[in-house]
Amino acid sequence: MTNRIALCLFAAIVILAPFVPGFPPFWIILLDNIGLAAIVAIGLVVLTGVGGLTSFGQAALAGFGAYSAAVLTTHYGWSPIATLPVALAVSALAALLLGFVTVRLAGHYLPLGTIAWGLALYYLFGQLEVLGRHDGISSIPPLTIGPISFHEPARLHAVIWGALLVSGIATLNLLDSRVGRAIRSLRRGSTMAGAFGISPSQAKLIVFVYAAVLAGLSGWLYAFFQSAVTPSPFNLNAGISYLFMAVVGGAGQVWGAIAGAFIITELRDVIQRVMPAILADSALYEPIVFGVLLIVLLQVAPDGLWPLVQRVLPEAKPRGIAIDAQALAGRDLPVARGSEILKVSDATKKFGGLTAVNAVNFGVKSGEIVALIGPNGAGKSTTFNLITGVLSLSSGTVSFAGQTISGIGQQRIAELGIARTFQHVKLLPDMSVLENVALGGHLRGRKGLLSALIRTDRAEEAALFAEAARQIERVGLGEHMHKPAGSLALGQQRIVEIARALTMNPSLLLLDEPAAGLRHFEKGQLSDLLSQLRSEGMSVLLVEHDMGFVMGLTDHIVVLDFGTKIAEGPPDVIRKHPAVLEAYLGGAAEPKKTSSAVSGGAEA
Amino acid sequence: MDLTILLFLVQDGITNGAIYALLGFALVLVFAVTRIIFIPQGEFVAYGALTYAMLQGGHVPGTAYLLPIFAFVALLFDLYAERSRITGAFLLRQGIDKIVVPLGLLFAARELAGVSTIASLVLTVAIVSALGPHLYRIAFQPLADRSVLVLLIAAVGTHLALTGLGLVFFGAEGQRADALTDFSVDLGPLPVSGQNIAVYVATLLLIAGLYWFFERTVQGKALRATAVNRLGARLVGIRTKGTGKIALALAAGIGAVSGVLLAPMTTIYYDTGFVIGLKGFVAAIIGGLASYPLAAAAALAVGLIESFASFFASDYKEVIVFTLLIPVLLVRSFASKHTDEED
Repeated sequence: MTNRIALCLFAAIVILAPFVPGFPPFWIILLDNIGLAAIVAIGLVVLTGVGGLTSFGQAALAGFGAYSAAVLTTHYGWSPIATLPVALAVSALAALLLGFVTVRLAGHYLPLGTIAWGLALYYLFGQLEVLGRHDGISSIPPLTIGPISFHEPARLHAVIWGALLVSGIATLNLLDSRVGRAIRSLRRGSTMAGAFGISPSQAKLIVFVYAAVLAGLSGWLYAFFQSAVTPSPFNLNAGISYLFMAVVGGAGQVWGAIAGAFIITELRDVIQRVMPAILADSALYEPIVFGVLLIVLLQVAPDGLWPLVQRVLPEAKPRGIAIDAQALAGRDLPVARGSEILKVSDATKKFGGLTAVNAVNFGVKSGEIVALIGPNGAGKSTTFNLITGVLSLSSGTVSFAGQTISGIGQQRIAELGIARTFQHVKLLPDMSVLENVALGGHLRGRKGLLSALIRTDRAEEAALFAEAARQIERVGLGEHMHKPAGSLALGQQRIVEIARALTMNPSLLLLDEPAAGLRHFEKGQLSDLLSQLRSEGMSVLLVEHDMGFVMGLTDHIVVLDFGTKIAEGPPDVIRKHPAVLEAYLGGAAEPKKTSSAVSGGAEA
Repeated sequence: MDLTILLFLVQDGITNGAIYALLGFALVLVFAVTRIIFIPQGEFVAYGALTYAMLQGGHVPGTAYLLPIFAFVALLFDLYAERSRITGAFLLRQGIDKIVVPLGLLFAARELAGVSTIASLVLTVAIVSALGPHLYRIAFQPLADRSVLVLLIAAVGTHLALTGLGLVFFGAEGQRADALTDFSVDLGPLPVSGQNIAVYVATLLLIAGLYWFFERTVQGKALRATAVNRLGARLVGIRTKGTGKIALALAAGIGAVSGVLLAPMTTIYYDTGFVIGLKGFVAAIIGGLASYPLAAAAALAVGLIESFASFFASDYKEVIVFTLLIPVLLVRSFASKHTDEED
């Protein structure tokens, strides 16, 4: 909450500043420019800093807001305030259309895509007759709301910074919500997000439209601030400079966006005012200074400047957990205990010429712990990916509680109650353990973007966090709850993943090498935890190389080698099974294979 | 539209397309070797064109002064990075690379400005391509192991700085060079100028040269190895820093040649390069930043579309070309579906 209070205080000071006698009018203009830029940059904070989607095209989106205001007030005589909803809607609609294409772009194609439409829109603004072509639209009436006119600079200044305040608070709210966590999860790749029922493309579209609405708001204010609109403030260079602000300030922080907007706007002003005294034609030097500065910054302070400030600020209080929070809805066991919950039939996965998984059959009974073992490269993790829908089957089927789940997609599979952990830990290292674990509860919440912005999601959030905290205590990491997940040992991070999976309240838990990196004592704890889950009716399928752990815990073992099932049975049978011994230790009849088989066995 | 106009548009499209192809190659090359999405490629085109035009007109171009400055800054970077293990051999190498060569080129530019077309051409390519490695040393080498995104933002910063430097060193006035030759031949109803032929020949020669470089030389193979796997390349003893510099030298050289070819056909301003470079991008991206033949075909298509767009809807020429990129990007990212894992 302190962050919000600080933002309110800061905005209040800036809004009231012009009423101090002797406050230079010139500073008001400068502060307005900073405020307008900061609103766009805050959108980029969510889009780029948090969501990991880099956009060079925000200036063009601001153009939609500005031109909406200009066209409607001058051509159609609308009252200025009536154009606000239209301006925001036009920006949102444009972002929805562009975003529909853009967010599907993978990796570096996305920023390139934003450059492409950023340029195309700028040229379009300059060519359309209705937008006044290159001359733009002038004599836009001053902003009035009912009888109140905001013609006077100090009043418009208050509106701009008021808008910044609202944007900042809304963004802080958004980041601290179920939707916000979904947006944050985007940076870790779509597999992890999908495993907890988050639709990455939907989350990307939400954040894209959100950033565009902020850009549109800034553009709308700009139209009344300048009383004229031309294409040039919405060109690619302006888009670059907004991104620059987010990077300079420290993408990922609302305060970083404000700091970045302040630094860049102020710096530009200094260059324009001070440099003429030193050099003639000083306008020439602005891009050089900015370009060089950007590169220096990337080399010297890659996370931006705000984290440096943050280091000297007092640490934020850890999130409180409401013990009395209402419990989340549970889930009935989908099948009776002892009957088959998961069935893999003739599952086959081919990658080009390589058959990673070859006609594998096995089942998991409800309330059973089944291990999937085999030397490296046997196809264990691929099998996991086939069950959870990350990969599609080449042939065969997977069914869960009698329902075929192959081909229905990751999110639907998660909804049915299959949760998983990953062989290579996929946590958000900067986020606390608690928030990481709460991500697992995504499907148990319902509140969306609007409730997040106006904070009507508090009861549900409290319930989600209480549940997450309960699972963290359960796996024995209670003391680490408020630490960043990345600060834990790798073995502990695996346990955090288990807590996250449990927060989903699954009926079937898929664990990929859960004991790797754990100490002996911790392995014992994990074994106890899994036994306890089993006694509560949970079914578990795990991949594990620690044979002592597997033999002591599981009810049933399936052995894969080179993508094919070579044995299956209770631990005692598998321990002595000749095919298993050969796969792990190498058969006496094939001395040539020994070296490779031993290296596989060494990790067992 | 009669046949003559049609042929004229096709010719225009192919000529521009050939230049976009060259730029597309440079971009594919730089991305494959260094993972940099090289936005400033267009600045090398403008630098090349303006340098050539000035040398031809008997002036010493700004780039001749810019080169020793860049080299000096790069020298400071190298001296700082190697401060604890500076040897005589190192100083000698650095001295030649960062002081003797740049000053030698400056001297040559002062002596040879306006002497002959060939001298201007050679000097232009030498000066501009020498800028490439120093630029890599200063702006990108310290960031070499960072994400594609960080490198992209650095590339945008470099683009801004180079555009600004172009304005300072060349001024806001546009320049146009004399044609390489007055030769012209009639192909049916269509006159084909020597300049057009020069563009085609130069493009084909450069493509052949690049093919030879990548297939037949150790340096070229080292570049390809780096493109496939940086760590693996390092493990077999390839200096990946060195390959980055070579890649940028080649890219700058290709940019300079493109600029020299363009300079007699259109007026070039200090900031003209950006949009030209971006069209090379459209081609490179259609080629997935990986395939040279696909990039070449795409470049021709971009040139043709642009040429016809400028006839039928000249106001919307740029809008059309850049909007075209979006469906292409879409198809591209569907084709490479699982690349967004992790960052």
